[in-house]
Amino acid sequence: MNAAVKEEASGPSTNSSQITGEGSTQSSAVGMGRPTDPSLLDTTHGVILYLESINVSFDGFKAINNLNLTIDRGELRCVIGPNGAGKTTMMDVITGKTRPDNGTAFFGQTIDLTKLSEAEIAHIGIGRKFQKPTVFEQLSVFENLELAMKMDKGVWASLRAKLSGEQRDKIAANLKLIQLEDQAHRPAGLLSHGQKQWLEIGMLLMQEPQLLLLDEPAAGMTDAETERSGELFLSLAGQYTLVVVEHDMEFIKQISSKVTCLHEGSVLAEGTLDQVQNDERVIEVYLGR
Amino acid sequence: MTSSRTSSRSRLASQIIHSALFLLILCAAPLALAKPSPALILKLAAGDNDAKVEALNAIAGSADPEALPLLQALGNDALKVVDGKQVLIVDGDKVTDAVTGATLPALPENAEDVVTNNRVTLALQDAFAALDLTSPDRKTRFEAVKKLQDAPDEAIVPLLDKAQKIEKDPQILDMLRMTQAAAQLHNKDKAVRMAAIETLGTSDDAAMKQLLAGLLDKDGDKFKEPDESVRLAAQNGINAISSRLRRGEWLGSIFTGISLGSILLLAALGLAITYGLMGVINMAHGELIMIGAYATYVTQNVIHAHFPGLIEFYPLFALPVAFLTSGLIGVLMERLVIKHLYGRPLETLLATWGISLILIQTVRTFFGAQNVLVENPQWLSGGIQVMSNLILPWNRLAIILFAALVVIGMTLILTKTRLGLFVRAVTQNRQMASCVGVATPRIDTVAFGLGAGIAGLAGCALSQVTNVGPDLGQGYIVDSFMVVVLGGVGQLSGTIYAALGLGILNKFLEGWAGAVLAKIAVLVFIIVFIQKRPQGLFAIKGRFVDA
Amino acid sequence: MNKTLIERIFGPKAWAALAVFAAITLILVPILNLAVPESSVFHMPTYWVTLIAKIMCYAIVALAMDLVWGYTGILSLGHGIFFALGGYAMGMYLMRAIGHDGNYQSDLPDFMVFLNWKTLPWYWEGTQHFLWALLLVILVPGLLALIFGFFAFRSRIKGVYFSIITQALTFATMLLFFRNETGFGGNNGFTDFKRILGYHITSPITRVVLFVLTAAFLIGFLLLARYIVTSKLGRVLAAIRDAETRVMFSGYNPLPYKLFIWVMSAVICAIAGALFVPQVGIINPSEMSPANSIEIAIWVAVGGRGSLIGPLIGAGLINGVKSWFTMAFPEYWLFFLGLIFVLVTLYLPRGVLGEARALLQKRGERP
Repeated sequence: MNAAVKEEASGPSTNSSQITGEGSTQSSAVGMGRPTDPSLLDTTHGVILYLESINVSFDGFKAINNLNLTIDRGELRCVIGPNGAGKTTMMDVITGKTRPDNGTAFFGQTIDLTKLSEAEIAHIGIGRKFQKPTVFEQLSVFENLELAMKMDKGVWASLRAKLSGEQRDKIAANLKLIQLEDQAHRPAGLLSHGQKQWLEIGMLLMQEPQLLLLDEPAAGMTDAETERSGELFLSLAGQYTLVVVEHDMEFIKQISSKVTCLHEGSVLAEGTLDQVQNDERVIEVYLGR
Repeated sequence: MTSSRTSSRSRLASQIIHSALFLLILCAAPLALAKPSPALILKLAAGDNDAKVEALNAIAGSADPEALPLLQALGNDALKVVDGKQVLIVDGDKVTDAVTGATLPALPENAEDVVTNNRVTLALQDAFAALDLTSPDRKTRFEAVKKLQDAPDEAIVPLLDKAQKIEKDPQILDMLRMTQAAAQLHNKDKAVRMAAIETLGTSDDAAMKQLLAGLLDKDGDKFKEPDESVRLAAQNGINAISSRLRRGEWLGSIFTGISLGSILLLAALGLAITYGLMGVINMAHGELIMIGAYATYVTQNVIHAHFPGLIEFYPLFALPVAFLTSGLIGVLMERLVIKHLYGRPLETLLATWGISLILIQTVRTFFGAQNVLVENPQWLSGGIQVMSNLILPWNRLAIILFAALVVIGMTLILTKTRLGLFVRAVTQNRQMASCVGVATPRIDTVAFGLGAGIAGLAGCALSQVTNVGPDLGQGYIVDSFMVVVLGGVGQLSGTIYAALGLGILNKFLEGWAGAVLAKIAVLVFIIVFIQKRPQGLFAIKGRFVDA
Repeated sequence: MNKTLIERIFGPKAWAALAVFAAITLILVPILNLAVPESSVFHMPTYWVTLIAKIMCYAIVALAMDLVWGYTGILSLGHGIFFALGGYAMGMYLMRAIGHDGNYQSDLPDFMVFLNWKTLPWYWEGTQHFLWALLLVILVPGLLALIFGFFAFRSRIKGVYFSIITQALTFATMLLFFRNETGFGGNNGFTDFKRILGYHITSPITRVVLFVLTAAFLIGFLLLARYIVTSKLGRVLAAIRDAETRVMFSGYNPLPYKLFIWVMSAVICAIAGALFVPQVGIINPSEMSPANSIEIAIWVAVGGRGSLIGPLIGAGLINGVKSWFTMAFPEYWLFFLGLIFVLVTLYLPRGVLGEARALLQKRGERP
C-alpha cells in the first residue's frame, strides 16, 4: 500500500492536492501526529476509504473476517447482506466505535482511522446515521442542527459560541431540505420516527462530512418519504460520498450504481444490483440453500 | 484481684476432680509408684517457699498418684503443720497424719496453716498437671501438657518420659516431646542440649522460638549458653521455626481472605441476581441482609423460650425464617415500588435507598438502636488447630461451606429449573420472553424475591460472625456493589471470583497497611481495573446496541 | 431572534424574583437581625440567621448537583466529599486561628496535642494564612474531581456504575478521615473555633456577614449556572445526557465537557462547604457518609431536576422540614425521609417545580 506523507498538521493549512509524497509505509503515517484537520484529507488516487484485511472477533465469533473494501470519492455505494453479515460492525470499525483485531482502515491516503477516537473521526469528515434514529430528544429540532453544525467543538468555544447570521441561514436551509421548518422549535423527542430519520440526516449534512455512512435510512419512512430520501441521496452523491446499508431492494434499485453484498464478515459479491442479485452465491445465502 | 483468685481456685477444683477420676482408674495402672517420703512431705509442709517449690517439682517428677490427697489438701488450705514436725490433713472433722496415715481425734490447738505464695501455687498447678499427664481423658492430658509447656522444669523430665511411653495420641506425644526438649535446654550435657534444640527446631510454636532465643541472650558480656556450636544450632532452629511460622501466617491470611471472600460473596450473590440479571439497583440490599440477621435473632429467642432442647440447632431453623422474611419484604418492595421504575435505574436507586432508611428505622423502633446478642451454638464455636499459630474457627469454616452451598443452589435454580430458564429468558430479551408467553412481571417479582431471600441467608450467616445491629447492612452495601461491578454484570462466576479475590487481596493488604488503608487501596484498585476492563472481569464482548 | 445575555439568562419575572430575594437576604435580614432591637416583634434571632444560612449552603450544593445530574445526566452519590473537603480546608484555617486559646494552650491544634504530635504535618503548612486556605478550598476538591473524573469519564463509566463508584469514593475517604493518624482530628473533626480573620466567630456581626456572603454566593452561582446551561455548552451537556454516542459522532469529545461541568460542580460544592463550616462551627467525617451524599440527590429530585430553581426549592423544603422534624419527633425523621425518596421517585418524577409547571401549562391550554 502506498501511503502518501503529508507535512505536519500544525503548519498553515495548505491545499491538499499539492502535497503528496510517496514510498512510505503505513507506520510513517502513524508518526505524523493526529491528523484531525479535515483539510488534510487526501484523495489524489480517487479513493476515499480503504479497508484492508480487517478482522474483528467477539469472544471467538468472527464478526468481520478478512474484509477488503474500497470506496471511491463521490460514490453512492449500497451495502446489503443478511443479518449478522457484519454490516453494522463494519460501520463501527470505520467510525472508531470498535477497534479491529488487525487490518488497516484508511480515510483517504493518509488518515489511519484505527488510531482516532469517534469524535476525531467525526471531526475529520465521516458522518454516521444509526439504524435506530438517535437525536437529542430534549433539545429542539433547531438546537439539534445547531449542535451538529461544523464549527469549533471545544468546551471553551461552546461556552462563548453565538450564532452568526450566516450560520442561522445554513440551519434554515437545512430545515427546509429536511422539511421540518414548522417543527423547528419543538423538542426532537416529539417527532415521528420518519421525521427523526430526516432530522438525523439533516444533522449529518450540517457536519459537512466527506463520507456519510447511513444505516437503514429509509426504515420507518412512508413510501413517499422513502422516494424523496432516495432522490436526496442521489443529489448528494458526487459532492459527498455515501455508503448506505439497506434491506429495501426497491430503494436500492432507485438509488444505486454499485452494490456490495457482505456475508459472514467478508465481501461475497460486488457490482451492479442486477449482477449481485443474479450471483449464485448471493442467492444461496439469501435463500438459505 | 478477688475475681482472678476465685477463677484460679475453680480451675484448681476442676483439676482435682480430674485427678480424682484418674486415681480411680489408676488402681489397675501398671505404673509402679512410691509413696512420697516423709522427708519430702515435711519439706512441702514446713519448708520455706523455695523448699516447697522443690518438693512440688519432685512430686511432679515422680508422678506419684498417692501424693494427690496431699496436693489437694495444700490447694484447699487443708494442710496443717504442728511444731514444724507433724503434717496433718484436715477433711471436715477428720484429721489424718500425712506421713503415718493415722487418724487423730481432733486438730491440735497449735496447728498452723501452711502458707503458700504465688510461686508455690504455680508449682502446685504444674504438679497437678504432671499428675494429669497420665489421665485417660484426652482433653485432660492435652490441657496438662499445654500447662507444662509454659515453664518446663527439668525436674519433670522423668515424668515426661513415662508419659511418652504410654501416650498414643500423636499430637499430645509431639507436645510431650517438645516439652521435654524445652525442659532439657539447660541440661549440663551438651549432647542432650543439642538433641533438645534439634527437637525444638521442628516445632511451629512461637513459644519454642522464644525458648531457643533465650539461649542466645547474654548475661553481662557472657552468653547464657557457653558453647558456640550449640548457639549456632539454636539459631538454625530459630530460623526453621520462623519460616514455619511465616507459612502459618500466610496460610492464615489466605484462610481469613477466603472467609471474608465468602462473606462478600454471600452478601453480593443476591445483588448479582437483582442487579446483575435484572438491572435493578437495590440500595436496600444491605438492609435485607440486616433483616435476615434479625430474623436469626428472633428465631434464637423463640427457640430459647419455647424449645430450649433445640437451641443448639437454632441456626438451622433460622435459615428458612431469614430467607422467607427477607424474601417477603423483597417481594413487597418489588410489587409496591420497583415494578413502577423498571428502565429508570437512577430512580430505582433513590427509591430503594428510601426503603432502606425506612427498614433501618423500623428495626430501630422494634429492637432498639443497640446491637442485639446472637450467640454461636456450641458446635460453631472453637476451631481446628492446624498449626500453633493457625486456628480455623468453626463458624468461619461453616460460612465458607455455606457460601459454596448457596452458590451451588443458585446455579441449580438458574440452570435446571423452569424458573431459572424464565429468569434467564427475561434477562436476555424481555419482549421476546413476554411474546412466547412468559409472565414477565411475575418472573420479576419471584426473581427479586429470590435475590432478597439470599440476602436474608447472608444475614443469617453474618449474624454468626459479626455484631447484629440496625446499621449492619450499611457496611456491606458498598462492598457488595464493588464485587458485582468487578465481577461483571450478569455473570455469576465473575461474582464468585471477584468476591474471593477481593477478600484475599483485602486481607493481605490489611496485614501490610492496616484495615482502612487496605480498603482504600482495594477501591483504587477497582477504579484502575475498571479503566482496563469497563465491563468487569468477565466481559461479554459484542456489538453493543446502545445507540 | 438574537437575545442579549441578560435576556438569555432569565426572563423578566425571574429577574424580578431574584431581585426580591437579593433585597431580602442582602439588606432586610441584616437590618432585622442587627438594627431592630431584640424586644421588637420584627427582630430576627441569630438562630434563624444561621439556620437560613445553613440551608442556603445546602441550596448551593443542590445547584451544583443539578448541573451534573439534571443537566448532564451524571448522578454523583459522592458530592458530600467535595463539600466536606472544602469545609475541612476552611476548618484548617479556623483551627490555626484558635492560636493559644485551645484547651492545651499549644501552637498545635488540640487534637494533635492529644495525639502527642510535636510538629504540624506538612499539609498543614501555610494554613494559618486565610488566602492559602481559600486556595485549598478550591484546589483540593477541584484536583480530586479532575483526577477522578478524568479516569472515570475516560473509561466511559456512566450511569449507575458511576454513581456506585462515587459512593465508594466518599465512603473510603470517610474511613480515611476517621483515622486519627490522617491528621484531621479523626472522629471529632474540627470544632471549638474561636475567630475568623480576627473577628469573633459567634458574634452577631460575623454571623450576618457570613449570611450575606452565603446569599451572595448563592445568587452568583445561580447566575453562573444559568449562563452555562443557556450557552451552547449547556446544550451539548443536555445532548450528552440524552444520546452520548450521537454527540461523539457529531464530532464532540464528551470527555472535556463532562470534566468541565464535573469539576465546576465540585468546586461550587467545596465553596458551599467552606461557607458552611464557620457558621455551623463543626466539620467531621460524617459529612462524607454515603447517606449524606445521597440525600443531596433527593433535594434535587424533590425540587425538580433540570431546572435550576427547583433544586434550590428542594434543598430549602427538605432541610426546613428536617430542622422542624428533628426537633419535634426525631425518631420519625428517617421514616419521613425514606418515604419522600419513595414517593417522589414514584409520583413526582419531575419534582415539585416540574409538576407545578406542568399543571400550569395544562390549565393554560384548557380555556
